[in-house]
Amino acid sequence: MSVLSVNGLTVSFTTDGGTLTALRDVSFDIPDQRIVGVVGESGCGKSTLINAILGLLADNGRIDAGSVLFQNDRELTRLGDSDMRALRGQRISTVFQDPMGALNPVLSVGHQMINVQYRSGRSKAEKIARAVEMLRKVRIPDADTALSRYPHQFSGGMKQRIAIAMALMMEPALLIADEPTTALDATLEVATIELLKELQRDIGCSVLFISHHLGVIAELCDEVIVMYAGEVVERGTTRQVFNDPRHPYTFRLLDCDPARQHQRVRHLPTIPGEIPDLRRRPEGCIFAARCHRVHYACMRTPPVTEVGNGHAARCWLAGNPETVKVTA
Amino acid sequence: MSGAPVLEVDGVEVTFPVNRPLLRPFGRPHSIKGVAGVSFEVKRGETFALVGESGSGKTTLARAINGLQPVSAGSVTFEGQRIDGLGRAEMKLHRRRMAMMFQDPIGSLSPRQTVGELVTEAFRIHGSEGRDMRAETARLLSLVGLPLDFADRYPHQLSGGQARRVGVARAIAFNPVLVVADEPTAGLDVSVQGEVLNLLNDLRERLGLAMVIITHNLHVVRHVADRMAVMYLGRFVETGKTEAIFSEPSHPYTAALLSANPEPDPDKARDRISLPAEVPSLLARPSGCEFHTRCPWAREICRSTPPPASERAGRVLTCHFPLGPGEHPPERIGL
Amino acid sequence: MLREPLGVLGISLVLLVVLGAVFADFLASADPSKISPRNRFSSPGFEHLAGTDQLGRDLFSRVLHGGQIALAVALGSTAVSLLIGMVLGLIAGYGPRWLDNLLILVFDAMKSFPTVMLALALVTLFGPSLTAVVVVVILVNVPGYARIIRTQTIALKSAEYVTAAQSMGASTARVLRVHILPNVIGPLLILASMDIPVVIAIEAGMSFLGLGVRPPTPSWGAILNDGFANIRESYWIVVAGGIPIILTTLGFTFLGETLRDVFDPRLKGR
Ligand SMILES: Nc1ncnc2c1ncn2[C@@H]1O[C@H](COP(=O)(O)OP(=O)(O)O)[C@@H](O)[C@H]1O
Ligand SMILES: Nc1ncnc2c1ncn2[C@@H]1O[C@H](COP(=O)(O)OP(=O)(O)O)[C@@H](O)[C@H]1O
Ligand SMILES: [Mg+2]
Ligand SMILES: [Mg+2]
Repeated sequence: MSVLSVNGLTVSFTTDGGTLTALRDVSFDIPDQRIVGVVGESGCGKSTLINAILGLLADNGRIDAGSVLFQNDRELTRLGDSDMRALRGQRISTVFQDPMGALNPVLSVGHQMINVQYRSGRSKAEKIARAVEMLRKVRIPDADTALSRYPHQFSGGMKQRIAIAMALMMEPALLIADEPTTALDATLEVATIELLKELQRDIGCSVLFISHHLGVIAELCDEVIVMYAGEVVERGTTRQVFNDPRHPYTFRLLDCDPARQHQRVRHLPTIPGEIPDLRRRPEGCIFAARCHRVHYACMRTPPVTEVGNGHAARCWLAGNPETVKVTA
Repeated sequence: MSGAPVLEVDGVEVTFPVNRPLLRPFGRPHSIKGVAGVSFEVKRGETFALVGESGSGKTTLARAINGLQPVSAGSVTFEGQRIDGLGRAEMKLHRRRMAMMFQDPIGSLSPRQTVGELVTEAFRIHGSEGRDMRAETARLLSLVGLPLDFADRYPHQLSGGQARRVGVARAIAFNPVLVVADEPTAGLDVSVQGEVLNLLNDLRERLGLAMVIITHNLHVVRHVADRMAVMYLGRFVETGKTEAIFSEPSHPYTAALLSANPEPDPDKARDRISLPAEVPSLLARPSGCEFHTRCPWAREICRSTPPPASERAGRVLTCHFPLGPGEHPPERIGL
Repeated sequence: MLREPLGVLGISLVLLVVLGAVFADFLASADPSKISPRNRFSSPGFEHLAGTDQLGRDLFSRVLHGGQIALAVALGSTAVSLLIGMVLGLIAGYGPRWLDNLLILVFDAMKSFPTVMLALALVTLFGPSLTAVVVVVILVNVPGYARIIRTQTIALKSAEYVTAAQSMGASTARVLRVHILPNVIGPLLILASMDIPVVIAIEAGMSFLGLGVRPPTPSWGAILNDGFANIRESYWIVVAGGIPIILTTLGFTFLGETLRDVFDPRLKGR
């Protein structure tokens, strides 16, 4: 049973320089009560993916193909505006990098936490009790008096936790988090992901967690999707992908993380080159231009190759782990 | 030459006024110490790292070194000359030899200047002495590995990594002896972070630079810094050789920072030292050891008596009960 | 910008007025001030394209030459206001706090003075003249321009690229000229282009009231005044004075609005 299944999703933007294909044939599943991570360099389409799921694409964007099925019965790409709004914030909620996107600076925290519950049918007293309970859960000190305070009276880490509390208030089936810890210090980052994990278990929701921090993904997520230039290049459980990467991009990305080097190294590994211009997608494998294992077959688009239970990679060499891991 | 320190910071304090007259009757201070007395030195060819959570005073210290922020106590000595408190004109001579890199890769580049103008800005400020600007642009861009046709681009047309390279090129234009880099890898993808760090490392070797790198990311420090200082509430709590600190952190705060770094390995067993999340306010510095409010090992004496700085094998430490190898916290405290 | 129909219309109107003023002597051979009692109130026709006024002066010529005055006053005084506003704004925004407070006080005092009172006061001082008009315009425009520049300068003062320039040893003059001014001047230029019609109206208005340009010199406001005085004899004098004011005002307004839309920071793409 999956909360969300995305199938063949293709999204493009109309720009001055032509049509920009930001997502191409993206497919994955978010199973019940699981945390799925999405990693990739900036510009690889992570935010576009979220916006497409939520029906919030910019005016110049459109879904060219594919489906987004929510809880096996609702097709989000064809849902009307008002149905979509009813779903957002209730069944699907979101947290972003900047907590002030979710918090209104001129309203007290309590006011906003009560507003979120407008569809709940609870009495005012119940709503307040629920708000206090959620603030306690995210470990805001003095939860009852915190309700009357305003967002600017909290530190950055606390604001993000309040935003999380608000997102989880209605016990959504799916929480979508776009780089929620990127702006935080390492100490706050680990505290926040530990909290997220605990709340997820508590509420029993699924989470789609976006980050470019591999360590955070490894620690938090059950499954991971690796994206490159708008395509899913590899997916699988976190163990499968991190311990046995089958796409050269995944391998190189993991290799780059300075945290992987336990000894001081003179030269840190990198991935030279840039993401290709998405308005003029090259033929064949999208990673070919930067790949250390590129060969003649890469002129054709590789198929998604299933290499293990739920573990798949879009590479001609996916079935051949030894070749993938050889560095240039 | 190589023996003498390029930069000596001695007991530097930076205070900020607090505009809250209402609080004064309650014994609150009317100024806060963003930097509360720190000392260190950096030699030629050496990289010194400043590490700490946000708000610990790293940027303020960097600004004080460069004279962008007045120092209220202590001294800054650069190439053997005291430079704190100098006027703008006198400082200008030193600024030529000391380059700063700021946190935001794109935001620290003037938006209406082209890359070519940006990297040669130092020559326009300090005089070009008959240099050929086009040749200088080509030299600098090639030093940081950017193609020459980037010279005509504007900052908003650059990716984060490219903008950072431009920042590095601009910093080294006038052959400085010291580069102070505030969060040089902030906001960059992992695949690009390495590039920037490698570049800084290369340049340091080739040009014999002294560097101060500021970061809250410990993994970065390990690969670039020879020595490091861990900063908390504007003070150094632990200073020493990077490798020694990584292999055996002695201050509980250092140990907590080290353990707070998620590693990309799902199988790694984690016994993390979790800290209460909130850093105390500078308006109400804790008594005794200032870290005691978050320290899992804190005892009675920590609450009342500030620990003295102790030195052991090149390590300077302010803690009553330094940690032994692999020591674990007595109890776990939540967020 | 040429894709916006309103912008094209604006540019065309402005060009029309500018060309008319520049080539006034060439297009209208009649002397704008030459009185010809025999030709009083002749209606528009082949001889006099826009007719003549109560003194028999050729209105077409007067309108074109009036355009010279209107544009010279508008462009000249706007340019001077821009320069003064810019400098004061930069000083207030970048300088010490006390200077900022002082300048703000001055700006507010200037702003709170009603335009008409100001005009009357200056006319008492200088007598009705072009100088009075220019000074009024400058006094009216400067506070607003200076405030815009000041606000933006304050916002940019702590921008990282400004700090970066300071850290490299750039002088205050260089920081202001190279790093701040180019990033604050855009909105001001747009505002100024939208102010030009206001200035033209002030000039016309003062001349209409007899406080501006002195009689024999042609001015749109003076033509309008003649027209009102003689509205029973002839309607065309009012028309001749009114149409150029309307066209110029519309032209510069459309132009300014299009410029604003084109340079709107939100629309600025990569
Ligand atoms: N509204 C838009 N118009 C044009 N291009 C866009 C728009 N939004 C995103 N893009 C482009 O789509 C690609 C993916 O962007 P995004 O989803 O924001 O990436 P990420 O979140 O992974 O950094 C980028 O190349 C970006 O420039
Ligand atoms: N101009 C200023 N006025 C008042 N307080 C400041 C100013 N700049 C920094 N501070 C304070 O000084 C402390 C240290 O800040 P900063 O040096 O920016 O820390 P870091 O760079 O380590 O994040 C913070 O508490 C901050 O609020
Ligand atoms: Mg994004
Ligand atoms: Mg900082």
